[in-house]
Amino acid sequence: MTQQILIAVLVLGAIGAFFAVVLYFVAQKFKVVEDPLIDEVADALPGANCGGCGKAGCRAFAEACVAQGNMDGLRCAPGGEPVATRIAELLGCTVEQGEPQVAVVRCNPSFCGEKRRANYDGLTSCAFAASVFVGESGCAFGCLGCGDCVAACQFDAIRMNPQTSTPEVDEAKCTACGACVKACPRRIIELRNKGRNNRRVYVSCVNKEKGAAARKTCDNACIGCSKCEKVCPVSAITIADSLSYIDFTKCIACRKCVTECPTQAIRDVNFPSPAKKAEPKPAPEALEAPKVEVPKAEPVAVPQAEPAKA
Amino acid sequence: MNLLSISGSPHVHSDESTKKIMWRVNLALVPALLVAIAYFGLNALLVSLIAVASCVLFQWLIEKYILKVPTTIGDGSAVITGLLLAFNVPSTVDMMWIVVIGALVAMGIGKMAFGGLGKNPFNPALVGRVFLLISFPVQMTTWPVVDGIFPMNFDVATGATPLGAFKEGALPADVTLWDAFLGHVGGSLGEVSALAILLGACYLLWKKVITWHIPVAFIGTALVFSAILWLVNPEQYMDPLMTIFTGGIMLGACFMATDMVTSPMAKSGQLIFGFGCGLLTIIIRNWGAYPEGVSFAILLMNSVTPLINRWCKPARFAA
Amino acid sequence: MKTFKMGGVHPEENKISNDAAIQVIPVGAQMVVLMNQHLGAPATPVVQKGDKVKVGQLIGEAQAFMCANVHSPVSGTVAKVEPVKDAFGLLKPAVHITVEGDEWMETIDRTPDIKRECTLEPAAVVAKLKEMGIVGLGGATFPAHIKYSVPEGKKAEYLIINAAECEPYLTSDYRVMMEHAEEICIGISILRKALGVPNAYVGIESNKPQAIARMQEVARQFEGIVIEPLKVKYPQGAEKQLINAVTGRKVPSGKLPIDVGCVVSNVGTTFAVYEAIQKNKPLIENILTVTGKKLPTQHNCLVRIGTTFADIVKHTIGELPATTGKVISGGTMMGKAIVNLDAPTVKGNASVLVMDEGEARRAPETACIRCGKCMNACPMGLEPYLFSSLVKAGRTEEAQQSNILDCIECGCCFFSCPANKPLTDEIRLGKNRVRAMMAAKK
Repeated sequence: MTQQILIAVLVLGAIGAFFAVVLYFVAQKFKVVEDPLIDEVADALPGANCGGCGKAGCRAFAEACVAQGNMDGLRCAPGGEPVATRIAELLGCTVEQGEPQVAVVRCNPSFCGEKRRANYDGLTSCAFAASVFVGESGCAFGCLGCGDCVAACQFDAIRMNPQTSTPEVDEAKCTACGACVKACPRRIIELRNKGRNNRRVYVSCVNKEKGAAARKTCDNACIGCSKCEKVCPVSAITIADSLSYIDFTKCIACRKCVTECPTQAIRDVNFPSPAKKAEPKPAPEALEAPKVEVPKAEPVAVPQAEPAKA
Repeated sequence: MNLLSISGSPHVHSDESTKKIMWRVNLALVPALLVAIAYFGLNALLVSLIAVASCVLFQWLIEKYILKVPTTIGDGSAVITGLLLAFNVPSTVDMMWIVVIGALVAMGIGKMAFGGLGKNPFNPALVGRVFLLISFPVQMTTWPVVDGIFPMNFDVATGATPLGAFKEGALPADVTLWDAFLGHVGGSLGEVSALAILLGACYLLWKKVITWHIPVAFIGTALVFSAILWLVNPEQYMDPLMTIFTGGIMLGACFMATDMVTSPMAKSGQLIFGFGCGLLTIIIRNWGAYPEGVSFAILLMNSVTPLINRWCKPARFAA
Repeated sequence: MKTFKMGGVHPEENKISNDAAIQVIPVGAQMVVLMNQHLGAPATPVVQKGDKVKVGQLIGEAQAFMCANVHSPVSGTVAKVEPVKDAFGLLKPAVHITVEGDEWMETIDRTPDIKRECTLEPAAVVAKLKEMGIVGLGGATFPAHIKYSVPEGKKAEYLIINAAECEPYLTSDYRVMMEHAEEICIGISILRKALGVPNAYVGIESNKPQAIARMQEVARQFEGIVIEPLKVKYPQGAEKQLINAVTGRKVPSGKLPIDVGCVVSNVGTTFAVYEAIQKNKPLIENILTVTGKKLPTQHNCLVRIGTTFADIVKHTIGELPATTGKVISGGTMMGKAIVNLDAPTVKGNASVLVMDEGEARRAPETACIRCGKCMNACPMGLEPYLFSSLVKAGRTEEAQQSNILDCIECGCCFFSCPANKPLTDEIRLGKNRVRAMMAAKK
């Protein structure tokens, strides 16, 4: 009996020792030397793998950081400043933070159910809808409303407003990773500086049709009238292809353009009170406009997001 | 005028729907149910009703309160699971509560745990059935004896199935091939009558709900394999025709192995699947612990269905 | 009877406009001619605001390789050259012409006589096809001069004329065969000689016995035209399937028909070829079917390109029924739904198909039950269900490896899917992604 136990122990022990030796040599032969710093940097990252940095995922970003030894040209938008400081600490370098940014949807939620021009009955995908037709709104530049941006967002920061069929960004959650910007086939989403106190002014339209045609398409379209360009005290506004654009690096958020815009295409967000109209006589279109404003549907984070009231 | 609709082509549809397919399968199960009621009486009807009702109820409860998705009990798939579960148990009084547990396992673990219709890797009715077979071995192998047409009494005499008897020694002398074909033998509720099952299967073939590949491969393999064994030793192994008409081969081949969700999609894959089912069934019957092996055979083949799907691709038009 | 072997479906045929003779739709007051009348790059406008144009005058010139000339369908003054919304609401470059009278180019032979003789050399025929802006009228609007310029090292052995008209509802090809069989046969002969092949095969689905009889009767007077009755099965008229049905050959993945020695043209195209070569008439007209189950009358009509869909409706059925749910240009299987009826028609438009609300609405999508019907219906032997899940998961590379680009978008998978999954839509999306990925890799 004792002998049998002894044999069993010896045999198993010998097999174990043999494989231990084999394993040791195999481990030596195929050893992967990896900087332990990569793990530390990867741990510091948010781990959402959003791809906003342009790398395949957080791990790839960490590898790039360590390989480079500093953070030049590498930026983790979701992590923001705290993560950047932590990685800089690990790498022993300094980091320059850009202005914090946020995704901005540049399309007015101007078509509620009854304003639709067609009824899309196909695959729920903006990319596909764009290959079939102009979109339910009838605007060849505007939002298609199938929510490719919502699907692309890893942070649950963008939601479809069912009333307007236009997405809305939750500023508190948005990390400016840029996934929605890439997902939108119409390129209506832009990353803009958050601005002081989150106050921003932007042209909420990307329609390049000529004035009359644009107006026919949408009540709140930018018609390229250049009134805003003239009124801007810091020349932050440029007009190209009948479309106005506000350079967020120059804009001082004075809101003169907001009051000037005849179609309320320029929006101001997070200001304490709506901008006052300079002219007491609004255009007839502007009178109709309140119909298309949906302040109740705005998310909590953008309480003052409604266009100027007449 | 209305708003014009727009979508990608095509703009017409064959009008085929999941619901139609499922209800056609239910309709095809009716002949076997009628035979069961005729032979086993009220018990069979009650067991079937309880199984169907509990399957539908469990699906509804899980969809509404756990998954919180729109309920889909109207599509008839839960009814099929209920019917097939009932068809796979003996029609005794005990079953009237045991089958509820079976329904819970079938719907909860077999189907909804994977995400509901279309996502389950195993045939839910068989998952429920095998669970019951292992958990309630006595009740699950207490078979009522067929006694006249439409017996009204609940306490029926019990006895062995032909397969059980054969496993124990020899086939009872009074069981003829004709009895087995018509269903005048002991066995699970819905599996007894090969004729009724074939009737339902013909309807499904006509309506193109199933194709011939799985049933023919399944039954054919069982027939050929058992014939070989029988030729080797007719004393020890069962007559091949008796083999396919007794037990669950007919029901399994026509209704459970052909479950679209858990069987391969390509024709070649379906042939392999049917072949595997037939082979495993005969192996389990002859050399396994249980007298019947259809459920295990199908479940085992279910587990390799994704693999078969991966290997058996349709022939491309221009490779 | 010949047919392709794999997959296919049989949708309701609905050829309800079979007996309506081709009627001519009058020209509108203002015509808009799109520069995108064909597959490929838009033509470059060669007229300016204020220019006087005649019917058949060149107004858009093909400058890119994949492009075709565009001619004025009317006479009048160019009002402006600026983009206009096409049938899908998208802005496309266009020439707007204010119609004045109906003055044709002098070179065009407008006599009703049928001219049989053609002595042009193959190269001259191809040059003339290009000059006249002929494109394939089967739906893809592939420029004909490119198709008939057989590349160096390849040889055409078969000319196949696609008269299958396998799409439900459409009857324009049928009407052309019934009314212009002789011109079609002359057109076929010209193309046959241009390619230097002994025989041309005309594939007609057997649900058009009268067309088969008429074509057989006329083809007897010509050398080397064989009429092939085909089984009624969709997509019998798809290029690869038709080649397979007629010759038994299979076009390999990623190759063109010419790689297996075949050239396929639509029967409508051959009529346009006849007019272009023998009558010097550019492609400025189109034959459309105006049809729909709920319409009071059914029509086949000859329209100048640039006529709006709304005008066609006005001159045929008056107005759309109140219950209209969808208007399709093309058949129900591969046609495109349109949203802008004020858009001008283009060369490829085959129909104005009006569908009822109930007919048009897609049933809600349910769970895939892995029934494999999509796979069995696929005439290319592909796995639509697999593409669907790969596309949803964004696995573009795997989709490419599973040969998603082989898909001909015939729609058999969606048609047969009991779960109403928009499989064809998903596959198109996947194909677009694969193409984008391949372009990015280059």
